[in-house]
Amino acid sequence: MAEFSLPANSKISSAGKRFPAPAGAKNVRSFKIYRWNPDDGANPRYDTYELDLADTGPMVLDALIKIKSEVDSTLTFRRSCREGICGSCSMNIDGLNTLACTQAIADIKGEVRITPLPHMEVVKDLVPDFKHFYAQYASIKPWLQTVTPAPSGEERIQSEADRAKIDGLYECILCACCSTSCPSYWWNSDKFLGPAILLQAYRWLADSRDEMTGERLDALEDPFRLYRCHTIMNCSNVCPKGLNPAKAIAEIKLMMVERAG
Amino acid sequence: MGAGTDLGRVRGLGSAKSGVHHWWLQRVTAVSNLVLVLWFIFSLVRLPSLDYSSVTLWLRQPVAAVPMLLLICTVFWHLRLGVQVLLEDYLHGSARVVGMLALNFYTVAGAAAAVFAVLKIALGAA
Repeated sequence: MAEFSLPANSKISSAGKRFPAPAGAKNVRSFKIYRWNPDDGANPRYDTYELDLADTGPMVLDALIKIKSEVDSTLTFRRSCREGICGSCSMNIDGLNTLACTQAIADIKGEVRITPLPHMEVVKDLVPDFKHFYAQYASIKPWLQTVTPAPSGEERIQSEADRAKIDGLYECILCACCSTSCPSYWWNSDKFLGPAILLQAYRWLADSRDEMTGERLDALEDPFRLYRCHTIMNCSNVCPKGLNPAKAIAEIKLMMVERAG
Repeated sequence: MGAGTDLGRVRGLGSAKSGVHHWWLQRVTAVSNLVLVLWFIFSLVRLPSLDYSSVTLWLRQPVAAVPMLLLICTVFWHLRLGVQVLLEDYLHGSARVVGMLALNFYTVAGAAAAVFAVLKIALGAA
């Protein structure tokens, strides 16, 4: 359901703390970061951390790690690979969903505002709850399915041209930047699968080795699961891997029309 | 109905196995809207004047009345399909049922009134 105002216990309080830059800092930049702790019963707030960029790595994730290591160890966020392949540090930075590890601080003007991915349940601070998102991923059966028995002792052959058809799809790291930027996903994520999962669904529909195309299309043909996509295109705008979920969804819709005749 | 696990909730009642027909009709009516609305504008611009007598005189001809009836059908049909999507986006539960009923009644009644108006002019006494 569309929600245009936050519940009372989600409203941002003005009680945020300020952590000033160290004395003698040369290039100060402030980071305004969403904070919420499930254990203290307080409303969320913005804490502001001032860092000396002369003494900080180039990416937003470097700043977050510096804050956690040197300024405020209570700041909670996910991170792992720090090179844009694990998808852990997806968050909303300066109004756009992206990966903190591939977002350069220098590309942001003024104060850097960081919030969790929009319209997700927050576990703590910048950590959203991905349970439902992962269950949606599992629901599309993201693995190769065939009727033909697997060839014995050899790989399933795929031509170079067929292999190229899953380029731009297999690179998805399931960071959820796209799905959580999608208004249709905000209002109807209980049933709408969202751009990330639909791109993943198309990855298997486009795979020449998969033989469950009809069953996969059956499972997707639904006013909500697939057709809540209204080509708003926020997904393709924010994808930190430069993929195009909107195009993948359009390809699924074309397959639906093709099969309906 | 599998509401006890995350995957159970996602699987829910299963796929409705519909949606492609609705999506396709919305595209088809969009194209027919485009053609007929252009025809409508073009026809009005070509009329010598837009007063009552010249417009009704024009609408009495079958070449004007028939496309006009088609225009009414395609516009109201497209409206119904499009607003349905909007209602599904923003309304849940009983509010959606009420909204869909109102939408269906409005589009059928509105189209019927418009069709009647055209027929009255096209077939009525001069």
